[in-house]
Formats: sequence, structure tokens, C-alpha cells
Amino acid sequence: MRFTLNRSEVELEVHPMARLLDVLRDNCGLTGTKEGCGEGECGACTVLVNGAAVCSCLVPVAQVEGAEVVTIEGLGDEHPLQRAFMDEVGAQCGICTPGMVLTAVTLGHRPSLAKIREGLAGNLCRCTGYEAIYRAIHRAS
Amino acid sequence: MRTAVSSLQLLQPRTVQDALRMLRDEGPLTPLAGATDLYVALNFGTLTEIRFLNLWGLDPLRRITLRDDLLSIGALATYTDMIRSRLVRRRVPMLVSAAREVGGRQIQNRGTLGGNVANGSPAGDTLPVLAAAEAIVVLRSAQGERRVPFREFYTGYRTCVRRPDELIVAFEIPPVEGRQWFRKVGTRAAQAISKVVMAAVRGPRSRIALGSVAPTVIRLFRLEEALAAGAGMEDALRLLEKDIHPIDDLRSTEAYRRDVTANLLRRFWRETADSG
Repeated sequence: MRFTLNRSEVELEVHPMARLLDVLRDNCGLTGTKEGCGEGECGACTVLVNGAAVCSCLVPVAQVEGAEVVTIEGLGDEHPLQRAFMDEVGAQCGICTPGMVLTAVTLGHRPSLAKIREGLAGNLCRCTGYEAIYRAIHRAS
Repeated sequence: MRTAVSSLQLLQPRTVQDALRMLRDEGPLTPLAGATDLYVALNFGTLTEIRFLNLWGLDPLRRITLRDDLLSIGALATYTDMIRSRLVRRRVPMLVSAAREVGGRQIQNRGTLGGNVANGSPAGDTLPVLAAAEAIVVLRSAQGERRVPFREFYTGYRTCVRRPDELIVAFEIPPVEGRQWFRKVGTRAAQAISKVVMAAVRGPRSRIALGSVAPTVIRLFRLEEALAAGAGMEDALRLLEKDIHPIDDLRSTEAYRRDVTANLLRRFWRETADSG
């Protein structure tokens, strides 16, 4: 099967029901995408598929055939959101951070605090209390 | 957790026709849409199906259209599709309210209306909405199409009238006259399975539907008739007591669900008093 991963074409032989999360980590070596709950509650495994945030632990890889997938590695280390998360210390243990950043990418230009909160409802953080994360997104968007 | 998928099989139709033919000739198959329930069941060891039919690429099943005053929502429309749809927002705002609380954005981007109905959980957030809106389920097989009123769709806990060779292709919603109301009670606004969920309409023909208080979603027909005939809230609450059968489970208790349901009914009636 084929899809676009971080702007490069990839062709893989994988089980069609393999979770996108496992394919990214094990077959593509992109370990920036984390597994948290494995059931769509925590958002740690968030990636973008055709620009939409999804939990990669709940996506059969067959369903991204021909799609554009972006992982945290695809932001290239210099995205303003990544910089703002560092400056505002919007991370502690870091497991939720890739998912937080990728969901934040989809919130558009200058989201209100209410929009940020609602937009991140599917991303749980057990360390920060969220305030630094909200500040980072507010600052970068 | 690594999930064992090697025993699972996925058939990949290119068209809706293809999918219907596969259901007829290569079944039994479980139609798979956004897969938001599938891996949860697999991780819990409760997944009994092993052969799936991948619907995700069948775009014609995603359409939301208005024809002859009937709103038709394709079974593959996601919660995000419904939230963004001007037609759905205008005609069934209670469906948008339900979609907004179904989970985080990630789930809203993948979960579908057809999937919520086919999964058939008594806690499914959109089911009371479809019940209160008197939706029609459009079922299609290689042989043809049939329409089933939503109130006749479920036959018991997670069982329904869909035949194994049929696919839920759309839901048709007639105009809903009156004020629409939706409340979900759970541990968190988004991202929590409901303890009690209620969708209702206050108008010339008021309707009330509940989830998570019986083996399937229920409409409170007797109670609706009583209220229409001028019964007071105390009488309505007595009927409610008899019509719901909540249970103790990991999310809540029977007693709590009874209290909350009564509160929701009171609140609905009070908040919509000017629409009666």
C-alpha cells in the first residue's frame, strides 16, 4: 500500500488492519508518535490525515491508502508551535506533547482560549495542568 | 499495547455496489467505517468479528443532502461533517449538539453516524436524537433498498433488523417542528461515554428520547401523550419511573441514572416552556 508520509511517498507491505500507530513506529521508524491509552481517549497518538487530527491507534492502515499523513517529525523541529511549547514549558514528561502540537496545528489562526480548550478536549496531559500548553498555542497561532 | 491483528481480514470494495456484492457473496462481514469502536473491542478482548468490509473510501455514502423536504445524511458522514453542515445545523441542531460532545476532535473526525447506529450501544449519543427526530434508516442490499423507521430499528440490546447482506446507507430526517433540546450527562463534556443522554423536541408534537437507561434507546410515547393531554410534571415523572430500566454498571448506578433522568425531564420542560 502507498500513502504520503511527511511529504514523501511511502510504499509498504503491511497487514491492512495494522494500526497506523504501529506502522508509523515499527515500519517507518517514526517514534515521535506515542501510544497512551490505545483506545482514543488520550490523544497522545494524534497524527494528521489529510489535514485532520486523528488517533492513529484507532486507524487501520488500509484507511490511509493514498492519503497524506503528517506526524510530529513532519513539522521539522522549527515549527512556531514547537518553539512556543519549549518557551512556555508546555511539556513535562513529554508523552502528550506530539499529539498536543499536531492538534494545535489544526486550530487555525488566533484561536480563542475557549476554542483552544474545546479543540484540545481529546488530548490529555497528566503533568502540566494545561495552562502552559494553552499559553504556548495562544502565543504561536 | 500491541494489538494482534493478524487473524483479522479486511475486504476492500471500490464502490458501494462492490460492497453490497461482497456482503451478499462473501459474508458474514462486519462493515467498518471510522473504526473508533473496533480497536477498543480488540484491546478488551471482546471483539468477536474477524472479517471486515472497509467502507471508509466510499465517498457517495458521506453525502448530506436535502430532497423533498427530507434531510438525508449518508451513513459515512462523520461527526465533523455534521457539525460543519449548514443543512444539519439548520434542521437538526440537536444532532450537532450530540456530535460536538461525542469525543475529542480526533474522534469526531473519524466516527460516523452509521457507525454509531450500527454499533448499537444503548449509550450511543446520536441515537436519542434520531429517535426524537423520527429518522428513517435506509438499508440497501444487492437486491434493493428498504426504509425502516428508527423506532423499529433495534430489536434488543445491540440487535437490530439489519440483515447480514444489508448496509446502512443513510438516515432520512423529516422536518422537526418545535424547539430541539439535547443533554448528555457524563464525567466530562467531551470524551466520556454518557451516563444518561436525552434528546427532545418541544412543539406541536413534543417528543422525548433517552439513551443509557434501557437495553436500547427509548422513546417515551406514554409520557409524551400524557404531557400533550396536559398532565403535570409529577404525573410525568411517575410515568418516567415505569418507562426506564437503568442498570448499575461501571459508569453509574441505577439510582443515580433515575435521579438524573428525572432532573433532565424537568429541565427540558422548564427550559422549553415558551415553545410549548
